[in-house]
Amino acid sequence: MDYATLLQLLDSTLRLGTPLLLACLAGLYSERAGIFDIGLEGKMLMAAMSAGAVAAMTGSVWLGLLAAIAGSMIFAILHGVASITFRGNQLISGVALNFLASGITVLIAQALFGQGGRTPPLTGDGRFNPIVLPFAEALKDVPVLGPLYFEVISGHSILVYAALAFVPMTWWLLYRTRFGLRLRAVGENPASVDTAGVSVKGLRFAAVMITGVLCGVAGAYMATALQAGFGREMTAGRGYIALAALIFAKWRPWQALGATMLFGFFQALALRPDVVEAVVGRKVPVSMLDALPYVLTVLVLAGFVGKAIPPRAGGDPYVKER
Amino acid sequence: MDRIPRWADLALVPLVSLGLAALISALVILAIGQDPMEALNVMVTGAVGSAYGWGYTLYYTTSFIFTGLAVTIAFHAGLFNIGGEGQAQLGGLGVALACLFLPWPHWSLALIGASVAAAVFGAAWAAIPAYLQAKRGSHIVITTIMFNYIAASLMVFMLVDVLRPEGQMDPATANFPEATHLPTLNQIPGFNLIFTKDVPANVTFLIALAAAWVVWAILWRTRLGYQIRAFGKPGAAAHYAGINGFRITMIAMLLSGGLAGMMAINNVMGEAERLLQNSASGAGFIGIAVALMGRNHPVGVVLAAVLFGFLFQGGAELGLWTKIPIELRTVVQGLVILFTGALDYMVRMMLARVFALFRAPAEAKGAA
Repeated sequence: MDYATLLQLLDSTLRLGTPLLLACLAGLYSERAGIFDIGLEGKMLMAAMSAGAVAAMTGSVWLGLLAAIAGSMIFAILHGVASITFRGNQLISGVALNFLASGITVLIAQALFGQGGRTPPLTGDGRFNPIVLPFAEALKDVPVLGPLYFEVISGHSILVYAALAFVPMTWWLLYRTRFGLRLRAVGENPASVDTAGVSVKGLRFAAVMITGVLCGVAGAYMATALQAGFGREMTAGRGYIALAALIFAKWRPWQALGATMLFGFFQALALRPDVVEAVVGRKVPVSMLDALPYVLTVLVLAGFVGKAIPPRAGGDPYVKER
Repeated sequence: MDRIPRWADLALVPLVSLGLAALISALVILAIGQDPMEALNVMVTGAVGSAYGWGYTLYYTTSFIFTGLAVTIAFHAGLFNIGGEGQAQLGGLGVALACLFLPWPHWSLALIGASVAAAVFGAAWAAIPAYLQAKRGSHIVITTIMFNYIAASLMVFMLVDVLRPEGQMDPATANFPEATHLPTLNQIPGFNLIFTKDVPANVTFLIALAAAWVVWAILWRTRLGYQIRAFGKPGAAAHYAGINGFRITMIAMLLSGGLAGMMAINNVMGEAERLLQNSASGAGFIGIAVALMGRNHPVGVVLAAVLFGFLFQGGAELGLWTKIPIELRTVVQGLVILFTGALDYMVRMMLARVFALFRAPAEAKGAA
């Protein structure tokens, strides 16, 4: 494999890893606050449809982004009401909302546009277009680093850079602010937070809402940057891969970046079976590359690659008094 | 919280949940500019309005009984098996291997052989998540989700690279030999008086009903069933009673995976008569809704499976005859899971209020 191919692969990695990163950080907030969320997939799908529909109708991708966040938030609030207010089973709620999203997105898109559950293709300002970073053209000819900067780092949509910026922001919020300390505490030992006079429900709702916002951005990226419009089931299990990455990262932000980019790299490889064949020396079925993130996650879960310990109060509804 | 009578808990809670799901579905249909009454009419006519419609409804019902029972038996052990979809696909692989590579003289023998293969393959796919849960504490919900995706990739690999006959374009196995074709309901004496046209519902329906009885007998009439139910209750009582958690987790998940796998004799052997990609087509997930709706009891599961069979066949009819997309059934499925599974506390609270309303005057009279 030559350098140019490697750069192409890394470029795809960043492109495909971004929705995973956004969804993974989204899940991080919720799960760190003790609310399991297997509904990342559904929220992304809802956001993708909202972004695709509104961007197509208004021609403005920024309105599309807002709509995506709103669509995702509706599902986040539903999940919060079911699992925080009514102390329902968080896993079942997530499963239910995923199905709901899978069906309702097609229904709405079909009712609005009548194109078989798709939204019309987006062009121009209806999409987040690639941004060429400063000096990318000028530095292009610098050996090794120039092409790396030009091909891999520059030339993505603004949401990619936003996603990357969310990583240190999340780290700072979780580990350097009072809100972050409380958020983590409410996922480990909600009673202690309650004793300190801080609302457990309030904190958990706040976390679930942040999850909604980030899933909204992830979905908007899918429909307006990675692709040009919404198509049915377009998230294709990315919410679950993000969940896998979250476990792989052991619920920490920097590791989430690493895990999602690793899984993004696998997805990039699956698109280039010819490269894999050249490197390994024999034909590797694409299906095996598709399965890699899931197999790795199972290995992590099994404790063969370090032990993944979820937040202690995860999944338990908090009852104030018994 | 006020208590509600047992009959209300058993019958009214699922019915109210279903009513809420139906109400919201009707609002969704209105919102997309269609007529809910017309939709209901099309669904009823298409799914249960004729013997032919019933032939399809019962075909779906059969699959859902298996996957619903699979979720039920794991639920009783306190395990949430979301992996029914993958286990059912692996069951399909078992059926395909048994039907294609063993010479069967008669369909009845082939049915027994394929059932065993389906159950073994389904159980094997559940065994790894079960072992990881029991021995290494990996959360079974996450591992079974992962195994669904791994199963999907494995099936693509098997169908594209291994089992696809030479020269065939679509990723599927060859057609199963004639001797393995199961009789459909219109070919069974007695049933053929009702079902005069060719329908997909087949002899597997009777096996599904038998499986429901067996699950009931295991859970409520054997020592193993008692241990499974005790282990599924919160607290450490089962542990102090000497119940081996590892053993129960393994057995419950093997039974669960086996049941999900056995679904394949209905769709793969009974209907498609070859193994296709995505053979389970979501039935594994519908098992979750069926089990929740059926209150984790085999009788409830059979009734809920009929309901979802109706929804599935009726939804297909909607896609054919109206402007309502077939995805409406996914919406209803999600709503049913939401109301019966995640919001049941809310439904119960609502009912408790209603019952308190009726009770209050009676108590006041008693006090006076």
